[in-house]
Amino acid sequence: MLPGVLRCARPAFTSLALNRPLAHFRPHMDPDSSRPVERAITTKLTAALKPDHLEVHNESHMHAVPPGSESHFRVLVVSSQFDGLPLIKRHRLVNEALKEELSGCVHALSIQAKTPEQWGSNPTLAKSPPCMGGSRGDHTVQEKLKAGRE
Amino acid sequence: MNAIIRSTARCLRAGAAAVYLPVRAGARVWSASPPRRLLCAAADLQKDLGAMVKKDKVVVFMKGTPAQPMCGFSNAVVQILRMHGVDQYAAYNVLDDGELREGVKVFSNWPTIPQVYFSGEFVGGCDILLQMHQNGDLVEELKKLGIHSALLNAEKESK
Repeated sequence: MLPGVLRCARPAFTSLALNRPLAHFRPHMDPDSSRPVERAITTKLTAALKPDHLEVHNESHMHAVPPGSESHFRVLVVSSQFDGLPLIKRHRLVNEALKEELSGCVHALSIQAKTPEQWGSNPTLAKSPPCMGGSRGDHTVQEKLKAGRE
Repeated sequence: MNAIIRSTARCLRAGAAAVYLPVRAGARVWSASPPRRLLCAAADLQKDLGAMVKKDKVVVFMKGTPAQPMCGFSNAVVQILRMHGVDQYAAYNVLDDGELREGVKVFSNWPTIPQVYFSGEFVGGCDILLQMHQNGDLVEELKKLGIHSALLNAEKESK
């Protein structure tokens, strides 16, 4: 029954959508100037690890934080500086480069750290597990978000 | 039971600091209320953490409990351990105690939760455990702890 109702209402819906400028608003599609943390992460990882390939994904929209947050990130770093290093050392290098962000508004950081050979044989970005809402009502996260806004 | 005896003994020691009761994954949960901190200096906490990570073969600092994780990354760690049949491990819920939450980050020099320890040695977080699981390293590391991964049985049965 409901789809039928929606079909009838569609013309009205469409015109409403066109009149609402925020209807197609996607926080992660904002111009660079509104994503300072993402830019900082990109800049710092580039400087520290001279990556062959770097991806910085803001995954905050997948978690229980307000839209437009820069609190949860996934990074993929492909660098020959990782050659011969165990995973933990690679991750520590990334953590070190992003020390400021991690003690500031970045609450979660997923890391994939590959050598160029590893990336060449398996060029895939891992997926984050589904959020279980832990950030909701978490005062530490609220403080970090506030720090990010200031 | 052992955890209660150990934490009681710790209480009776002079200058006892925090009382941490881990949740035993796979066992009855008896620590219903958050641990009470007596006099706790940050240094005491770091000392306590040193003991906590060595007390059990597998130690996880996570958000929530193995029965009820409160974070997708913590849940992933629980699920991976479960897949390998590891259900006897100590799990500390950092959401119960803000000082523990910050203290373990200092202790491990690692900025995020969850954190996994094998035999007192820091292994990493969710990403590392997942990659170890995917590339077979986790089975090997568990073997070194004297833990036979359930996935080895599954592999044997399929042959």
